[in-house]
Amino acid sequence: MAARQARSTTSAKANPVARMRPGKSAPAIDRDELLAAYSKMLLIRRFEEKAGQLYGMGLVGGFCHLYIGQEAVVTGMQLALEPGDQVITSYRDHGHMIACDMDPKGVMAELTGRSGGYSHGKGGSMHMFSKEKGFYGGHGIVGAQVSLGTGLAFANHYRGNDRVCLTYFGEGASSQGQVFESFNLAALMKLPVIFIIENNRYGMGTNIERASASHDLSQNGAPWHIPGMQVDGMDVLAVKQAGEQAVAHCRAGKGPFLLEMKTYRYRGHSMSDPAKYRTREEVQKMRTEHDCIDLARKELEALGMTEEALKRIDDDIKKRIQDAADFAQASPEPDEAELWTDILVEA
Amino acid sequence: MSTEVLMPALSPTMTEGKLAKWLKKVGDSVKSGDVLAEIETDKATMEVEAVDEGELLKILVPEGTDNVAVNAPIAVLGTRGESVAASPAPKGEAKAEPKAAPEPKAAPKSGSKPAPAPSADKDWGPTSEITVREALRDAMAAEMRRDGDVFLMGEEVAQYQGAYKISQGLLDEFGEKRVIDTPITEHGFTGMAVGAAMSGLKPIVEFMTFNFAMQAIDQIINSAAKTLYMSGGQMGCPIVFRGPNGAAARVAAQHSQCYASWYAHCPGLKVVAPYSAADAKGLLRAAIRDPNPVIFLENEILYGHKFEVPTDDDFILPIGQAKIERAGEDVTIIAFSLMVDVALKAAELLDQQGISAEVINLRTIRPLDIETIVASVKKTSRVVSVEEGWPFAGIGAEIAMQITEHAFDWLDAPPTRVSGLDVPMPYAANLEKLALPQPNWVVDAVKKLF
Ligand SMILES: Cc1ncc(C[n+]2csc(CCOP(=O)(O)OP(=O)(O)O)c2C)c(N)n1
Ligand SMILES: [Mg+2]
Repeated sequence: MAARQARSTTSAKANPVARMRPGKSAPAIDRDELLAAYSKMLLIRRFEEKAGQLYGMGLVGGFCHLYIGQEAVVTGMQLALEPGDQVITSYRDHGHMIACDMDPKGVMAELTGRSGGYSHGKGGSMHMFSKEKGFYGGHGIVGAQVSLGTGLAFANHYRGNDRVCLTYFGEGASSQGQVFESFNLAALMKLPVIFIIENNRYGMGTNIERASASHDLSQNGAPWHIPGMQVDGMDVLAVKQAGEQAVAHCRAGKGPFLLEMKTYRYRGHSMSDPAKYRTREEVQKMRTEHDCIDLARKELEALGMTEEALKRIDDDIKKRIQDAADFAQASPEPDEAELWTDILVEA
Repeated sequence: MSTEVLMPALSPTMTEGKLAKWLKKVGDSVKSGDVLAEIETDKATMEVEAVDEGELLKILVPEGTDNVAVNAPIAVLGTRGESVAASPAPKGEAKAEPKAAPEPKAAPKSGSKPAPAPSADKDWGPTSEITVREALRDAMAAEMRRDGDVFLMGEEVAQYQGAYKISQGLLDEFGEKRVIDTPITEHGFTGMAVGAAMSGLKPIVEFMTFNFAMQAIDQIINSAAKTLYMSGGQMGCPIVFRGPNGAAARVAAQHSQCYASWYAHCPGLKVVAPYSAADAKGLLRAAIRDPNPVIFLENEILYGHKFEVPTDDDFILPIGQAKIERAGEDVTIIAFSLMVDVALKAAELLDQQGISAEVINLRTIRPLDIETIVASVKKTSRVVSVEEGWPFAGIGAEIAMQITEHAFDWLDAPPTRVSGLDVPMPYAANLEKLALPQPNWVVDAVKKLF
């Protein structure tokens, strides 16, 4: 059985703060787990492709930020969680919701602005929530969810439960002031929050080198002694392994943890993106050499999965996504009375 | 089974685009995710990716074709050897419901526009038609040429040429020192700009949209607006904060909000909200020259609208003067920004029903041109304000109060307002349409006054 090497990458620069790295031990790959991860990643990818297609047909409006390329990050992290843990992220949120086991039908119907959507059509692509699945949104203001996630962790700490909160944000968002304020708060109060920077290299058209003077974002929590680690975010099992380490740290009451996921978005920032800020070759190289789904698929094949079995999974997923798309188009628009509901709780 | 590849929409307001280039040719095999072609609009270029797999059997729209309608078939994918049916007729109407947003090219006819501006307005001579987007860029460029202390700063303003392409060409002309890309750090860079202004530089701060200025509102109000006062007049703050304000299309609650009344509430700020391209150009130039902090509220939907603008190099408009867009006798309709368009459409409808409406484009919200308003109300005796923002403590409330203070005896009916509904902006297309003022809302409000 293929033994797996430690997968997470770390940068070479020495730092006075303990630089965490995933354990050197290389556990054997659990085929069922990898298969589940592969299926989840593929489900997210097919979902996003369909969402893009519906956008092109005019069925989805406004901003629509696709997650294609980054699937391994949420999928791997989710493998490290337990029921009751929380997840919060930005507007690029479809993948996170599917990773949290939210129903693709409800997500797709929200994209089309229909009553069957998670927010009954009132939130759209950027704003969905599911308390039941521990998903706290879906936030449109860059950086805002970082303080909110810190607050979810505060509540866990306050209640003395064992829950941790995964707080996702982009490398672009990592410059926002409230991110650093949150780092301090979380470290000061030892809050069980994992800050996950999804470093896909670009915030809209600005690459990270032009946006941040910090070139090792995993060390951005260093002044507050927040342990940080860079992770190959295109390798779902490396992500899982790093996630487990971070979760264990939080659950042990040691305070926050910072993970910088090295990843890449294949599509434009939103649907209308001039894409003049990077070359087609760069995108192509990531897709052909580092794709998280291809990587998992190859590993599965090496573990003896047959092409036929994989094809069955693909077909199954295609069907699920088609069902979601059909549902999202058949679901009626919200009732006009919905305009006036949910503004304040009746008291 | 062959499938058609359809022309995709890049944005909710796009109805057609150019098929710039094919990257695959007939006979190529295509995998999902492969880039098939490049398409262009005035705002952006984008790649069309294949969703389905197969062989590219036929290209229906050759590269270089302009004005390809969204949802029109552009190619056929299928399995090798399959014959392609006679090229499918382009589908007439897209099945998708029509978009809520007005098509940017449908500029209001200048013929429906009234007569010349108030007498105070100078005649600037010949005009040419440009978009609001171009007008804003031209205004910044003109002031940057004039004054080396003026610089532009914000997210994506330089290399990307502006998230909404307002700063197109400015980096080329003025270089990195004066056209500055910032990280996503609104609170920080706004404070930095205010500090620079305190020392006498004249920053133009672009907010990608005013929704994000909420991150920075403390620096705008506590630092920019109050410093002159707190320093006993020693230290002013010559700065412009500009960007799109209000609802765009289908971008939901956190990205669709009018901030006019938020800023207009505060002494120490001027608040400007242009409607036409001439407003945009003339007022932005004035805002940049103004020694005070000016909040300059643009509107994304208007960016692509075209208007006549004087070609005179010195063209500028005064802050604090409203414009009568259309003269009338029976009722005064007061609006700003995109709502001027709604007011003008309502005036047309009223005209057909025998009611002559005067439409005032406020242009500046603070200081409010109460003289122009009062003069009009004294003539018509009835008034309706129109704004996109929420009603409570909105601009309409202020206008009604000031009219009550200054022209109560001339009124034949209570001052009335039309506003956006008192709810966060919903995403769903049907609900969004119900949330924003429409011309018939204004017509109904006017008719209740008689
Ligand atoms: C406070 C704020 N400023 C600006 C924006 C506009 N905006 C939306 S996404 C984005 C880029 C964010 O990049 P990053 O954090 O790297 O996330 P990614 O989009 O790559 O997932 C910007 C500038 C916003 N939504 N909120
Ligand atoms: Mg990014």
